[in-house]
Amino acid sequence: MALAEKASSPLFYLRAQTQWRPVEIAFWLAVLLPYALFPNYLSLASQIAIAGMFALSLDLILGYAGIVSLGHAAFFGVGAYTAGLLSKHGWGEPVSGLVAAAIVAGLVGYATSFVICRFRHLALIMLTLGFGLLLAELANSLGWLTGGMDGLQGIHTWKLLGYFHFDLYGYTAFGYALAVLFVVFLFARRLIHSPFGLSLRGIRENFVRMPAIGAPSRSHIRTIYTIAAAIAGIAGALLTETTQTVSLDSLDLSRSADVLVMLVLGGAGRLYGGLVGAVIYMVARDQFSGIAPQYWYFWIGLLLVAVVILLPNGILGGLAKLALRGSRS
Amino acid sequence: MLPPVFGVLFDGLAYGMLLFLLSVGQSVTLGMMNFINLAHCSFAMLGGYVTVGLMNRYGFSFFATLPCAFVVAAFVSIGFERTLFRRLYRASELDQVLLTVGIVFISIGVAAYFFGTDQQPLLLPAYLRDSLTFLGTRFAVYRLFLLGIALVITIVLVLVLEYTRFGARVRAAVDNERMARGLGINVDRTFAITFALGSGLAGLGGALAIEIVGLDPYFALTYLVYVLIVVSVGGLGSISGSFLAAIVLGISDIAGKYYVPQVGAFLIYLVMITLLMWRPLGLLGRR
Repeated sequence: MALAEKASSPLFYLRAQTQWRPVEIAFWLAVLLPYALFPNYLSLASQIAIAGMFALSLDLILGYAGIVSLGHAAFFGVGAYTAGLLSKHGWGEPVSGLVAAAIVAGLVGYATSFVICRFRHLALIMLTLGFGLLLAELANSLGWLTGGMDGLQGIHTWKLLGYFHFDLYGYTAFGYALAVLFVVFLFARRLIHSPFGLSLRGIRENFVRMPAIGAPSRSHIRTIYTIAAAIAGIAGALLTETTQTVSLDSLDLSRSADVLVMLVLGGAGRLYGGLVGAVIYMVARDQFSGIAPQYWYFWIGLLLVAVVILLPNGILGGLAKLALRGSRS
Repeated sequence: MLPPVFGVLFDGLAYGMLLFLLSVGQSVTLGMMNFINLAHCSFAMLGGYVTVGLMNRYGFSFFATLPCAFVVAAFVSIGFERTLFRRLYRASELDQVLLTVGIVFISIGVAAYFFGTDQQPLLLPAYLRDSLTFLGTRFAVYRLFLLGIALVITIVLVLVLEYTRFGARVRAAVDNERMARGLGINVDRTFAITFALGSGLAGLGGALAIEIVGLDPYFALTYLVYVLIVVSVGGLGSISGSFLAAIVLGISDIAGKYYVPQVGAFLIYLVMITLLMWRPLGLLGRR
């Protein structure tokens, strides 16, 4: 049983996890399909890529570290406003805008993480909710900076890399969003399959016991929270740069709720959960945009109840279970 | 003649009582049963619609609708508790959040379907719309009425939960379910009744609140945040903690809006975060 021995060693486990599986390669090839199949929907496709990245950032803290956040839009909004303000005041270079947004959102995340890592359960949920609401209210009252209810006016994004113009049809926007998403995804994948990623899962399962085996729970949570905030900031900045607008709804509570729904729908604690959830959620919302928002809420609510009762690990969790059952029989 | 600060204090107190009436039921379900029930304000909204519907369509008097709001919300909640919520008592908080948020969304859709998205009109009897003048400050009768009801509910609930056999059963079932079963307590029934009590109080709170805050399908979501703030700041499982927290938050919100209107709702969130960081278990939290 040399194989079993090998399989039980942590190094072997981590290496096996980092191997690219064919279905993953197929997924990343399939995301290029909109260029060929739905050229009229490229702006929706770039919105999906952005939402997917946002959901991925939530997955890092919720799915892997077990921090239930109801205020993750705070970092999305900080990133969006950072890129928007830079552009408004004369610096519309997109890539450095992303970097700036990541740094600012990461700093805000780092500052709040000192509070976040000290709490669990209900107090944690309430604190994330409170920070989100606080920031949204702050942006609303600082009208001179953020433009208040009207949103930020006069954003102009320069050509990407000095060459690609952001066109009306979203060719550049989609390519740009996909490229950034892929880079961020590679980073998240590497992170999750590292010993650090493993210890995060340990913290999720038992916050108190992990320090006993040498994984400081609090500092790990601070690190991952900062990283997730920076990624959410990048997602927000991408939205600003590709749509050339920022408004208060980038900080809204409903954005935090939406991203939670996407992640749970796809499957929390899985790298592709947020991406799959974002595709399904955004396409469904686009298709049903004709119906009144309160009825859209009704169906989303029904979906949430169904997912919690029937598919506790989301769509990907359900598929994995089916696949496991198939391979056994 | 009293200085205007008393008027602000009174309005803050009355607003706090309103928040308390909306959240006291949550303090029972979330606080005692540790079930994160975000659908609480959906039951409050149900109570509000029962009151409005009975008054406007069937000509009931306002006071006659209040018990109906309680009973309807309690019975509907038993249905939900038996079919959905009880599966999740032991589940992770994420699952509880998701399921109950789902119910909030469903309730918004259902309310919009039956009542439309407009604000519902409510006409109180004339003597409740009046106001008393005392030392030059006007006190609205309805707000005094809210204050009185909130005090009565607090006292009754504290007495019931602390000093009756039923209260002892509830606390035993929450603290150690297996031991309570071993002692012959019907835990399932106790939980169902407790849940119905909490939701019934939500319905009553909703019926009382709509005169001041209005009623539309988004009620279930708008006031949810305030309810959660009151319960978590007050301390889980503590009725008097919720009472205290509601007063602190009500007064700071109204005073903030009166003296520094530009910060708006900012202050209430700041107060909440500060209080929670200071005492993560809430002002009077024990667990």
